[in-house]
Amino acid sequence: MSKIFKMRYLILRRLTQIGLLFLYFSANAYGWKVLTGTLSSSTLFQTVPLADPFAILQMLSAGAVMGIDVFIGAAIVVIFYGIIGGRAFCSWVCPVNMVTDLANWLRRKLLLDKAERKVWVSRNARYWVLVLSLIVSAITGVAAFELVSPITIFNRGVIFGMGMTGAVLLAIFLFDLFGVKNGWCGHICPLGGAYSLIGRFSLVRVRHNEPNCTLCMKCKEVCPESEVLFMIGKESTTVNMGECVNCARCIEVCDDDALGFSIRDFATSKAKGEKR
Amino acid sequence: MNTQNPKRDTKPKITERRRFLTIMAQSVGLSALGGLIWTGYVEEAKATPLLLRPPGAVPEKDFLRMCIKCGQCAEACPYDTLIIAKPGDGRPMGTPYFIPRDIPCYMCTDIPCVPVCPTGALDQKSVSREENGKEVLDINKAKMGLAVIDTESCVAYWGIQCDACYRACPILGEAITIDYIRNERTGKHAKLVPIVHADHCTGCGLCEHACVTEKAAIFVLPREVAMGKPGDYYVKGWSEKDQERIKQRDLSKLQTKTERSEKRAQDYLNMDEGLFDE
Repeated sequence: MSKIFKMRYLILRRLTQIGLLFLYFSANAYGWKVLTGTLSSSTLFQTVPLADPFAILQMLSAGAVMGIDVFIGAAIVVIFYGIIGGRAFCSWVCPVNMVTDLANWLRRKLLLDKAERKVWVSRNARYWVLVLSLIVSAITGVAAFELVSPITIFNRGVIFGMGMTGAVLLAIFLFDLFGVKNGWCGHICPLGGAYSLIGRFSLVRVRHNEPNCTLCMKCKEVCPESEVLFMIGKESTTVNMGECVNCARCIEVCDDDALGFSIRDFATSKAKGEKR
Repeated sequence: MNTQNPKRDTKPKITERRRFLTIMAQSVGLSALGGLIWTGYVEEAKATPLLLRPPGAVPEKDFLRMCIKCGQCAEACPYDTLIIAKPGDGRPMGTPYFIPRDIPCYMCTDIPCVPVCPTGALDQKSVSREENGKEVLDINKAKMGLAVIDTESCVAYWGIQCDACYRACPILGEAITIDYIRNERTGKHAKLVPIVHADHCTGCGLCEHACVTEKAAIFVLPREVAMGKPGDYYVKGWSEKDQERIKQRDLSKLQTKTERSEKRAQDYLNMDEGLFDE
Protein backbone atom coordinates (compact mmCIF):
# COMPACT_ATOMS: atom_id res chain seq x y z
CA MET A 1 0.00 0.00 0.00
CA SER A 2 2.73 2.42 0.93
CA LYS A 3 4.44 1.48 -2.30
CA ILE A 4 1.42 2.65 -4.23
CA PHE A 5 1.34 5.81 -2.13
CA LYS A 6 4.95 6.38 -3.12
CA MET A 7 3.88 6.33 -6.75
CA ARG A 8 0.61 8.23 -6.41
CA TYR A 9 1.54 11.08 -8.75
CA LEU A 10 3.21 8.75 -11.22
CA ILE A 11 0.03 6.64 -11.39
CA LEU A 12 -2.11 9.78 -11.73
CA ARG A 13 0.12 11.08 -14.49
CA ARG A 14 -0.04 7.85 -16.44
CA LEU A 15 -3.80 7.79 -15.98
CA THR A 16 -4.20 11.32 -17.38
CA GLN A 17 -1.80 10.65 -20.24
CA ILE A 18 -3.44 7.39 -21.26
CA GLY A 19 -6.92 8.71 -20.45
CA LEU A 20 -6.47 11.71 -22.73
CA LEU A 21 -5.09 9.49 -25.49
CA PHE A 22 -8.12 7.24 -25.07
CA LEU A 23 -10.54 10.18 -25.23
CA TYR A 24 -8.89 11.37 -28.44
CA PHE A 25 -8.94 7.83 -29.81
CA SER A 26 -12.60 7.29 -28.91
CA ALA A 27 -13.61 10.51 -30.68
CA ASN A 28 -12.50 8.94 -33.93
CA ALA A 29 -13.28 5.30 -33.21
CA TYR A 30 -16.60 5.51 -31.34
CA GLY A 31 -17.69 9.04 -32.15
CA TRP A 32 -17.57 10.29 -28.56
CA LYS A 33 -17.61 14.05 -28.54
CA VAL A 34 -15.64 14.63 -25.34
CA LEU A 35 -12.33 15.55 -26.89
CA THR A 36 -12.16 15.71 -30.68
CA GLY A 37 -9.07 16.54 -32.68
CA THR A 38 -5.46 16.05 -31.65
CA LEU A 39 -2.98 17.71 -29.33
CA SER A 40 -2.29 20.41 -31.93
CA SER A 41 -5.90 21.55 -31.87
CA SER A 42 -8.98 20.02 -30.31
CA THR A 43 -12.51 20.78 -29.22
CA LEU A 44 -13.75 19.95 -25.72
CA PHE A 45 -17.41 18.88 -25.57
CA GLN A 46 -17.90 20.33 -29.06
CA THR A 47 -17.70 23.88 -27.68
CA VAL A 48 -14.42 24.80 -25.99
CA PRO A 49 -11.60 25.18 -28.52
CA LEU A 50 -8.09 24.22 -27.47
CA ALA A 51 -4.96 24.81 -29.51
CA ASP A 52 -1.23 24.38 -29.18
CA PRO A 53 0.16 27.92 -28.80
CA PHE A 54 3.55 26.90 -30.20
CA ALA A 55 1.91 25.44 -33.32
CA ILE A 56 -0.02 28.70 -33.77
CA LEU A 57 3.20 30.65 -33.40
CA GLN A 58 4.86 28.56 -36.12
CA MET A 59 1.88 28.95 -38.43
CA LEU A 60 1.89 32.70 -37.91
CA SER A 61 5.57 32.82 -38.74
CA ALA A 62 4.79 30.70 -41.83
CA GLY A 63 2.39 33.48 -42.85
CA ALA A 64 -0.96 31.78 -42.28
CA VAL A 65 -4.11 33.82 -41.87
CA MET A 66 -6.33 31.79 -39.56
CA GLY A 67 -9.77 31.70 -38.03
CA ILE A 68 -10.45 33.07 -34.56
CA ASP A 69 -11.14 29.64 -33.01
CA VAL A 70 -7.52 28.59 -32.75
CA PHE A 71 -6.49 31.87 -31.15
CA ILE A 72 -9.13 31.48 -28.44
CA GLY A 73 -7.99 27.87 -28.01
CA ALA A 74 -4.35 28.89 -27.71
CA ALA A 75 -5.25 31.62 -25.21
CA ILE A 76 -7.09 29.11 -23.03
CA VAL A 77 -4.10 26.78 -23.07
CA VAL A 78 -1.65 29.59 -22.29
CA ILE A 79 -3.73 30.82 -19.36
CA PHE A 80 -4.17 27.27 -18.03
CA TYR A 81 -0.47 26.38 -18.08
CA GLY A 82 0.45 29.91 -17.06
CA ILE A 83 -1.32 29.18 -13.78
CA ILE A 84 -0.86 25.42 -13.38
CA GLY A 85 2.79 25.20 -13.27
CA GLY A 86 5.59 25.26 -15.74
CA ARG A 87 5.74 22.38 -18.10
CA ALA A 88 2.87 20.41 -16.57
CA PHE A 89 1.90 19.64 -20.18
CA CYS A 90 5.14 17.72 -20.64
CA SER A 91 4.71 15.37 -17.72
CA TRP A 92 0.94 15.12 -17.44
CA VAL A 93 -0.29 15.24 -21.05
CA CYS A 94 2.47 14.65 -23.60
CA PRO A 95 2.47 10.98 -24.66
CA VAL A 96 6.17 11.03 -25.60
CA ASN A 97 6.87 11.53 -21.89
CA MET A 98 5.98 7.86 -21.36
CA VAL A 99 8.67 6.82 -23.85
CA THR A 100 11.35 9.08 -22.43
CA ASP A 101 10.47 8.15 -18.84
CA LEU A 102 10.87 4.49 -19.78
CA ALA A 103 14.26 5.21 -21.32
CA ASN A 104 15.27 7.17 -18.25
CA TRP A 105 14.14 4.42 -15.89
CA LEU A 106 16.09 1.84 -17.89
CA ARG A 107 19.09 4.16 -17.82
CA ARG A 108 19.03 4.14 -14.03
CA LYS A 109 18.46 0.37 -13.81
CA LEU A 110 21.27 -0.40 -16.24
CA LEU A 111 23.55 2.12 -14.50
CA LEU A 112 24.12 3.89 -17.81
CA ASP A 113 24.32 7.20 -15.97
CA LYS A 114 27.38 6.07 -14.07
CA ALA A 115 29.44 5.54 -17.19
CA GLU A 116 31.29 8.41 -18.75
CA ARG A 117 29.07 10.70 -20.79
CA LYS A 118 30.27 11.18 -24.32
CA VAL A 119 27.48 13.16 -25.94
CA TRP A 120 26.78 16.59 -24.55
CA VAL A 121 23.95 18.89 -25.52
CA SER A 122 23.15 22.10 -23.71
CA ARG A 123 19.89 22.34 -21.80
CA ASN A 124 19.42 25.62 -23.62
CA ALA A 125 19.56 23.91 -27.01
CA ARG A 126 15.75 23.66 -26.95
CA TYR A 127 15.48 27.45 -27.06
CA TRP A 128 17.73 27.48 -30.10
CA VAL A 129 15.53 24.79 -31.67
CA LEU A 130 12.48 26.88 -30.77
CA VAL A 131 13.82 29.95 -32.55
CA LEU A 132 15.07 27.77 -35.40
CA SER A 133 11.65 26.20 -35.90
CA LEU A 134 10.13 29.67 -36.26
CA ILE A 135 12.78 30.65 -38.79
CA VAL A 136 12.38 27.43 -40.78
CA SER A 137 8.60 27.92 -40.70
CA ALA A 138 9.03 31.40 -42.13
CA ILE A 139 11.31 30.09 -44.91
CA THR A 140 9.28 27.05 -45.92
CA GLY A 141 5.79 28.43 -45.32
CA VAL A 142 4.82 25.38 -43.27
CA ALA A 143 4.69 24.90 -39.50
CA ALA A 144 8.11 23.25 -39.43
CA PHE A 145 8.18 21.57 -36.04
CA GLU A 146 4.63 20.30 -36.50
CA LEU A 147 5.88 18.40 -39.54
CA VAL A 148 8.44 16.47 -37.50
CA SER A 149 7.00 16.68 -33.98
CA PRO A 150 6.99 13.17 -32.44
CA ILE A 151 4.40 14.43 -29.94
CA THR A 152 1.63 14.98 -32.45
CA ILE A 153 2.89 12.11 -34.61
CA PHE A 154 2.43 9.75 -31.64
CA ASN A 155 -0.88 11.38 -30.75
CA ARG A 156 -2.21 11.08 -34.31
CA GLY A 157 -0.77 7.57 -34.56
CA VAL A 158 -2.97 6.43 -31.68
CA ILE A 159 -6.03 8.13 -33.19
CA PHE A 160 -5.65 7.48 -36.92
CA GLY A 161 -3.26 4.52 -37.19
CA MET A 162 0.43 4.21 -36.45
CA GLY A 163 2.17 3.70 -39.80
CA MET A 164 5.88 4.22 -39.16
CA THR A 165 5.28 6.12 -35.92
CA GLY A 166 7.06 3.36 -34.00
CA ALA A 167 10.33 4.17 -35.74
CA VAL A 168 10.11 7.81 -34.65
CA LEU A 169 9.47 6.82 -31.05
CA LEU A 170 12.20 4.18 -31.09
CA ALA A 171 14.66 6.83 -32.28
CA ILE A 172 13.78 9.04 -29.30
CA PHE A 173 13.93 6.08 -26.93
CA LEU A 174 17.40 5.10 -28.11
CA PHE A 175 18.60 8.71 -28.02
CA ASP A 176 17.46 9.09 -24.42
CA LEU A 177 18.72 5.66 -23.38
CA PHE A 178 22.17 5.63 -24.94
CA GLY A 179 22.67 9.23 -25.99
CA VAL A 180 21.91 12.08 -23.66
CA LYS A 181 20.11 11.69 -20.32
CA ASN A 182 16.67 13.25 -20.79
CA GLY A 183 17.96 14.14 -24.23
CA TRP A 184 14.70 14.75 -26.03
CA CYS A 185 12.52 16.37 -23.36
CA GLY A 186 15.26 18.13 -21.45
CA HIS A 187 17.45 19.36 -24.25
CA ILE A 188 15.87 19.34 -27.72
CA CYS A 189 12.08 19.56 -27.67
CA PRO A 190 11.07 23.15 -28.54
CA LEU A 191 7.53 22.56 -27.30
CA GLY A 192 8.98 21.90 -23.85
CA GLY A 193 10.95 25.11 -24.26
CA ALA A 194 7.80 26.99 -25.20
CA TYR A 195 5.94 25.67 -22.18
CA SER A 196 8.80 26.51 -19.84
CA LEU A 197 8.53 30.09 -21.07
CA ILE A 198 4.74 30.07 -20.69
CA GLY A 199 4.95 28.61 -17.17
CA ARG A 200 7.79 30.78 -15.97
CA PHE A 201 5.55 32.67 -13.54
CA SER A 202 2.99 30.01 -12.78
CA LEU A 203 1.54 29.50 -9.32
CA VAL A 204 1.53 25.76 -8.55
CA ARG A 205 5.06 24.84 -7.51
CA VAL A 206 7.09 22.17 -5.78
CA ARG A 207 8.31 23.42 -2.39
CA HIS A 208 11.48 22.41 -0.59
CA ASN A 209 11.48 22.35 3.20
CA GLU A 210 15.16 22.51 4.07
CA PRO A 211 15.09 21.48 7.78
CA ASN A 212 13.60 18.09 6.82
CA CYS A 213 16.20 17.37 4.14
CA THR A 214 18.72 14.61 4.90
CA LEU A 215 20.70 15.19 1.70
CA CYS A 216 19.99 11.70 0.33
CA MET A 217 19.75 13.26 -3.17
CA LYS A 218 17.10 10.78 -4.31
CA CYS A 219 15.10 13.72 -5.69
CA LYS A 220 17.99 14.95 -7.81
CA GLU A 221 18.59 11.45 -9.11
CA VAL A 222 15.02 11.03 -10.28
CA CYS A 223 14.40 14.59 -11.50
CA PRO A 224 14.33 14.94 -15.29
CA GLU A 225 15.40 18.58 -14.99
CA SER A 226 17.72 18.26 -11.99
CA GLU A 227 19.08 21.79 -12.44
CA VAL A 228 15.83 23.20 -11.04
CA LEU A 229 16.52 21.50 -7.69
CA PHE A 230 19.61 23.58 -6.97
CA MET A 231 18.24 24.55 -3.53
CA ILE A 232 18.10 21.01 -2.11
CA GLY A 233 19.62 21.00 1.36
CA LYS A 234 20.45 24.69 1.10
CA GLU A 235 17.34 26.73 1.66
CA SER A 236 13.58 26.45 1.99
CA THR A 237 11.97 27.82 -1.14
CA THR A 238 9.78 26.88 -4.08
CA VAL A 239 11.10 25.57 -7.37
CA ASN A 240 10.56 28.62 -9.52
CA MET A 241 12.30 27.80 -12.79
CA GLY A 242 10.07 27.34 -15.80
CA GLU A 243 11.93 24.17 -16.76
CA CYS A 244 10.36 22.21 -13.87
CA VAL A 245 7.80 19.80 -15.37
CA ASN A 246 5.76 19.50 -12.15
CA CYS A 247 5.89 15.71 -12.44
CA ALA A 248 6.17 15.39 -8.64
CA ARG A 249 8.60 12.48 -8.80
CA CYS A 250 10.84 14.32 -6.32
CA ILE A 251 7.93 14.57 -3.87
CA GLU A 252 7.30 10.84 -4.15
CA VAL A 253 10.85 9.61 -3.72
CA CYS A 254 11.54 11.90 -0.76
CA ASP A 255 11.36 9.80 2.42
CA ASP A 256 11.76 12.77 4.73
CA ASP A 257 8.82 14.94 3.73
CA ALA A 258 11.14 17.68 2.55
CA LEU A 259 9.26 18.28 -0.69
CA GLY A 260 5.62 18.93 -1.52
CA PHE A 261 3.29 20.89 -3.77
CA SER A 262 2.65 24.46 -2.79
CA ILE A 263 1.81 27.85 -4.19
CA ARG A 264 4.70 29.83 -5.59
CA ASP A 265 6.64 31.62 -2.90
CA PHE A 266 6.82 35.18 -4.14
CA ALA A 267 8.55 36.54 -1.06
CA THR A 268 11.64 34.32 -1.19
CA SER A 269 11.91 34.36 -4.95
CA LYS A 270 11.92 38.14 -4.86
CA ALA A 271 14.52 38.22 -2.10
CA LYS A 272 16.57 35.76 -4.09
CA GLY A 273 16.32 37.94 -7.15
CA GLU A 274 17.78 40.83 -5.16
CA LYS A 275 20.63 38.68 -3.89
CA ARG A 276 21.55 37.70 -7.41
CA MET B 1 57.42 38.04 -18.77
CA ASN B 2 58.42 34.46 -19.21
CA THR B 3 62.01 34.50 -20.38
CA GLN B 4 62.55 30.75 -20.37
CA ASN B 5 59.83 30.04 -22.87
CA PRO B 6 59.02 33.06 -25.02
CA LYS B 7 56.65 31.00 -27.19
CA ARG B 8 54.19 30.64 -24.36
CA ASP B 9 53.37 34.32 -24.46
CA THR B 10 52.48 34.31 -28.14
CA LYS B 11 49.67 31.86 -27.46
CA PRO B 12 46.37 33.70 -27.93
CA LYS B 13 44.60 34.25 -24.67
CA ILE B 14 40.95 33.24 -24.45
CA THR B 15 39.29 36.22 -22.85
CA GLU B 16 35.74 36.16 -21.55
CA ARG B 17 34.67 38.25 -24.51
CA ARG B 18 36.36 35.93 -26.93
CA ARG B 19 34.79 32.88 -25.28
CA PHE B 20 31.35 34.48 -25.55
CA LEU B 21 31.80 35.32 -29.22
CA THR B 22 33.12 31.83 -29.98
CA ILE B 23 30.17 30.17 -28.29
CA MET B 24 27.76 32.46 -30.12
CA ALA B 25 29.43 31.69 -33.43
CA GLN B 26 29.30 27.95 -32.69
CA SER B 27 25.64 28.05 -31.76
CA VAL B 28 24.65 30.16 -34.74
CA GLY B 29 26.69 27.96 -37.07
CA LEU B 30 25.18 24.75 -35.74
CA SER B 31 21.71 26.27 -35.91
CA ALA B 32 22.29 27.28 -39.51
CA LEU B 33 23.39 23.73 -40.32
CA GLY B 34 20.38 22.25 -38.57
CA GLY B 35 18.10 24.80 -40.20
CA LEU B 36 19.38 23.96 -43.68
CA ILE B 37 18.81 20.22 -43.19
CA TRP B 38 15.41 20.86 -41.64
CA THR B 39 14.37 23.23 -44.44
CA GLY B 40 15.46 20.68 -47.00
CA TYR B 41 13.39 18.00 -45.32
CA VAL B 42 10.29 20.19 -45.07
CA GLU B 43 10.54 21.31 -48.70
CA GLU B 44 10.86 17.67 -49.73
CA ALA B 45 7.98 16.56 -47.51
CA LYS B 46 5.52 19.08 -48.90
CA ALA B 47 6.36 18.41 -52.54
CA THR B 48 3.49 16.05 -53.25
CA PRO B 49 1.35 17.61 -55.98
CA LEU B 50 -1.01 14.67 -56.48
CA LEU B 51 -2.97 14.91 -53.23
CA LEU B 52 -6.72 15.35 -53.15
CA ARG B 53 -7.79 17.58 -50.28
CA PRO B 54 -11.18 17.73 -48.50
CA PRO B 55 -13.94 19.97 -49.91
CA GLY B 56 -13.43 23.67 -49.39
CA ALA B 57 -9.67 23.31 -49.05
CA VAL B 58 -7.83 26.54 -49.84
CA PRO B 59 -5.11 26.35 -52.54
CA GLU B 60 -2.42 23.80 -51.64
CA LYS B 61 0.28 26.31 -50.68
CA ASP B 62 -2.04 28.11 -48.25
CA PHE B 63 -3.50 24.82 -47.13
CA LEU B 64 -0.11 23.55 -45.94
CA ARG B 65 0.33 26.84 -44.14
CA MET B 66 -3.05 26.85 -42.44
CA CYS B 67 -3.74 23.18 -41.68
CA ILE B 68 -2.97 22.66 -37.98
CA LYS B 69 -3.10 18.85 -38.44
CA CYS B 70 -5.80 18.31 -35.84
CA GLY B 71 -7.65 15.72 -37.89
CA GLN B 72 -11.08 17.01 -36.90
CA CYS B 73 -12.20 16.93 -40.55
CA ALA B 74 -11.31 13.24 -40.76
CA GLU B 75 -13.17 12.54 -37.52
CA ALA B 76 -16.24 14.40 -38.76
CA CYS B 77 -16.37 12.45 -42.03
CA PRO B 78 -19.06 9.76 -41.65
CA TYR B 79 -17.63 7.63 -44.46
CA ASP B 80 -13.99 7.56 -43.26
CA THR B 81 -13.08 9.09 -46.59
CA LEU B 82 -10.41 11.39 -45.23
CA ILE B 83 -7.05 9.89 -44.31
CA ILE B 84 -4.50 11.63 -42.11
CA ALA B 85 -0.98 11.25 -43.52
CA LYS B 86 1.28 9.27 -41.19
CA PRO B 87 5.04 8.83 -41.21
CA GLY B 88 5.88 6.45 -44.03
CA ASP B 89 3.10 7.68 -46.27
CA GLY B 90 5.45 10.08 -48.00
CA ARG B 91 2.92 12.88 -47.75
CA PRO B 92 2.92 16.06 -45.66
CA MET B 93 2.53 14.55 -42.23
CA GLY B 94 -0.76 15.01 -40.42
CA THR B 95 -2.63 16.61 -43.32
CA PRO B 96 -5.91 15.15 -44.60
CA TYR B 97 -6.35 13.68 -48.07
CA PHE B 98 -8.45 11.03 -49.74
CA ILE B 99 -8.04 8.24 -52.28
CA PRO B 100 -11.28 8.04 -54.32
CA ARG B 101 -10.61 4.54 -55.64
CA ASP B 102 -10.70 3.33 -52.00
CA ILE B 103 -13.31 5.63 -50.50
CA PRO B 104 -14.62 8.58 -52.53
CA CYS B 105 -16.23 11.71 -51.11
CA TYR B 106 -19.95 11.03 -50.85
CA MET B 107 -20.75 14.74 -50.96
CA CYS B 108 -22.86 15.06 -47.80
CA THR B 109 -25.19 18.03 -48.12
CA ASP B 110 -24.24 19.28 -44.63
CA ILE B 111 -20.49 18.88 -45.38
CA PRO B 112 -19.56 17.89 -41.79
CA CYS B 113 -15.83 18.06 -42.46
CA VAL B 114 -15.71 21.77 -43.29
CA PRO B 115 -17.26 23.69 -40.35
CA VAL B 116 -15.16 21.78 -37.78
CA CYS B 117 -11.91 23.12 -39.23
CA PRO B 118 -10.59 25.51 -36.58
CA THR B 119 -8.13 27.41 -38.76
CA GLY B 120 -10.12 27.98 -41.93
CA ALA B 121 -7.85 25.75 -44.02
CA LEU B 122 -11.19 24.34 -45.16
CA ASP B 123 -12.99 27.48 -46.23
CA GLN B 124 -16.72 27.35 -45.55
CA LYS B 125 -17.38 30.28 -47.89
CA SER B 126 -16.03 28.44 -50.90
CA VAL B 127 -18.66 25.70 -50.47
CA SER B 128 -21.58 28.00 -49.70
CA ARG B 129 -24.06 29.84 -51.84
CA GLU B 130 -26.28 32.72 -50.95
CA GLU B 131 -29.97 31.97 -50.54
CA ASN B 132 -32.41 34.65 -49.35
CA GLY B 133 -29.49 36.63 -47.98
CA LYS B 134 -28.24 33.66 -45.98
CA GLU B 135 -25.18 31.50 -46.55
CA VAL B 136 -26.21 27.94 -47.28
CA LEU B 137 -23.77 25.07 -47.60
CA ASP B 138 -23.63 23.72 -51.13
CA ILE B 139 -21.33 20.76 -51.71
CA ASN B 140 -21.82 21.09 -55.46
CA LYS B 141 -19.56 24.13 -55.33
CA ALA B 142 -16.65 22.04 -54.04
CA LYS B 143 -13.59 21.85 -56.27
CA MET B 144 -11.59 18.97 -54.81
CA GLY B 145 -10.23 17.88 -58.15
CA LEU B 146 -11.23 17.06 -61.70
CA ALA B 147 -12.09 13.70 -63.21
CA VAL B 148 -9.97 12.81 -66.20
CA ILE B 149 -10.79 10.01 -68.66
CA ASP B 150 -8.11 7.87 -70.23
CA THR B 151 -9.99 7.25 -73.49
CA GLU B 152 -7.57 4.46 -74.43
CA SER B 153 -8.55 2.26 -71.53
CA CYS B 154 -12.17 3.34 -71.11
CA VAL B 155 -14.23 0.44 -72.47
CA ALA B 156 -17.05 2.81 -73.49
CA TYR B 157 -14.61 4.38 -75.94
CA TRP B 158 -13.90 0.86 -77.27
CA GLY B 159 -17.57 0.54 -78.08
CA ILE B 160 -18.48 -1.71 -75.16
CA GLN B 161 -21.53 -0.36 -73.42
CA CYS B 162 -20.70 1.03 -69.97
CA ASP B 163 -22.04 4.04 -68.17
CA ALA B 164 -20.87 3.19 -64.64
CA CYS B 165 -19.20 6.55 -64.06
CA TYR B 166 -22.10 8.48 -65.55
CA ARG B 167 -24.57 6.70 -63.26
CA ALA B 168 -22.34 7.12 -60.20
CA CYS B 169 -21.92 10.86 -60.68
CA PRO B 170 -23.91 12.87 -58.11
CA ILE B 171 -24.20 15.73 -60.60
CA LEU B 172 -25.22 13.34 -63.35
CA GLY B 173 -25.92 14.98 -66.65
CA GLU B 174 -23.89 18.06 -65.78
CA ALA B 175 -20.47 16.96 -64.54
CA ILE B 176 -20.51 13.88 -66.78
CA THR B 177 -22.58 13.67 -69.94
CA ILE B 178 -22.84 10.89 -72.49
CA ASP B 179 -21.91 11.62 -76.08
CA TYR B 180 -23.07 9.44 -78.99
CA ILE B 181 -20.30 8.92 -81.48
CA ARG B 182 -20.21 6.68 -84.53
CA ASN B 183 -18.53 3.31 -84.12
CA GLU B 184 -16.30 3.32 -87.21
CA ARG B 185 -15.27 -0.31 -86.68
CA THR B 186 -18.74 -1.84 -87.04
CA GLY B 187 -20.11 0.99 -89.10
CA LYS B 188 -23.60 0.63 -87.70
CA HIS B 189 -23.38 1.10 -83.95
CA ALA B 190 -23.00 4.09 -81.69
CA LYS B 191 -20.49 4.44 -78.90
CA LEU B 192 -21.91 5.97 -75.75
CA VAL B 193 -18.91 7.78 -74.33
CA PRO B 194 -18.66 9.75 -71.10
CA ILE B 195 -17.41 13.35 -71.17
CA VAL B 196 -16.38 15.29 -68.06
CA HIS B 197 -17.22 18.97 -67.74
CA ALA B 198 -14.82 20.91 -65.54
CA ASP B 199 -17.37 23.61 -64.69
CA HIS B 200 -19.50 21.20 -62.73
CA CYS B 201 -17.13 18.39 -61.67
CA THR B 202 -16.36 18.57 -57.95
CA GLY B 203 -13.72 15.86 -57.94
CA CYS B 204 -15.60 13.69 -55.47
CA GLY B 205 -14.28 10.57 -57.16
CA LEU B 206 -17.49 8.54 -57.12
CA CYS B 207 -16.88 7.91 -60.84
CA GLU B 208 -13.36 6.64 -60.16
CA HIS B 209 -14.75 4.43 -57.42
CA ALA B 210 -17.42 3.03 -59.76
CA CYS B 211 -15.22 2.50 -62.81
CA VAL B 212 -15.34 -1.13 -63.92
CA THR B 213 -11.82 -1.43 -65.34
CA GLU B 214 -9.08 -3.10 -63.33
CA LYS B 215 -7.35 0.22 -62.80
CA ALA B 216 -9.82 3.08 -63.11
CA ALA B 217 -9.99 4.61 -66.60
CA ILE B 218 -11.57 7.72 -65.09
CA PHE B 219 -9.68 9.22 -62.18
CA VAL B 220 -9.58 12.41 -60.18
CA LEU B 221 -6.54 14.65 -60.30
CA PRO B 222 -5.99 17.95 -58.52
CA ARG B 223 -7.35 20.66 -60.80
CA GLU B 224 -3.98 22.37 -61.21
CA VAL B 225 -2.57 19.08 -62.49
CA ALA B 226 -5.55 18.04 -64.61
CA MET B 227 -6.26 21.32 -66.39
CA GLY B 228 -4.41 23.22 -69.07
CA LYS B 229 -4.53 26.95 -69.50
CA PRO B 230 -5.06 28.61 -72.90
CA GLY B 231 -3.92 32.00 -71.67
CA ASP B 232 -5.68 35.15 -72.88
CA TYR B 233 -4.28 35.05 -76.43
CA TYR B 234 -6.98 32.82 -77.86
CA VAL B 235 -10.47 34.20 -78.21
CA LYS B 236 -13.65 32.26 -78.75
CA GLY B 237 -14.97 33.86 -81.91
CA TRP B 238 -18.39 32.33 -81.34
CA SER B 239 -18.81 33.82 -77.90
CA GLU B 240 -19.96 37.41 -77.72
CA LYS B 241 -18.64 37.79 -74.21
CA ASP B 242 -15.22 36.50 -75.22
CA GLN B 243 -15.24 38.78 -78.27
CA GLU B 244 -15.26 41.75 -75.95
CA ARG B 245 -11.73 40.87 -74.97
CA ILE B 246 -10.41 41.61 -78.48
CA LYS B 247 -11.39 45.23 -78.14
CA GLN B 248 -9.58 45.57 -74.87
CA ARG B 249 -6.41 44.01 -76.21
CA ASP B 250 -3.36 46.16 -76.85
CA LEU B 251 -1.45 44.46 -79.67
CA SER B 252 1.57 46.74 -79.31
CA LYS B 253 2.35 45.00 -76.05
CA LEU B 254 2.09 41.52 -77.57
CA GLN B 255 5.15 39.41 -76.92
CA THR B 256 5.98 36.45 -79.13
CA LYS B 257 8.86 34.00 -79.05
CA THR B 258 9.91 34.61 -82.65
CA GLU B 259 9.69 38.00 -84.29
CA ARG B 260 6.20 38.87 -85.48
CA SER B 261 5.84 39.10 -89.25
CA GLU B 262 4.84 42.51 -90.61
CA LYS B 263 3.04 40.86 -93.56
CA ARG B 264 -0.69 40.47 -93.67
CA ALA B 265 -2.42 37.11 -93.63
CA GLN B 266 -3.35 37.36 -97.34
CA ASP B 267 0.24 37.90 -98.36
CA TYR B 268 1.19 34.64 -96.74
CA LEU B 269 -1.67 32.74 -98.38
CA ASN B 270 -0.88 34.09 -101.88
CA MET B 271 2.78 33.22 -101.67
CA ASP B 272 3.50 29.81 -103.13
CA GLU B 273 7.25 29.69 -102.64
CA GLY B 274 7.21 28.49 -99.06
CA LEU B 275 4.92 25.60 -99.83
CA PHE B 276 6.86 23.88 -102.64
CA ASP B 277 10.31 22.41 -102.80
CA GLU B 278 12.44 23.69 -105.67
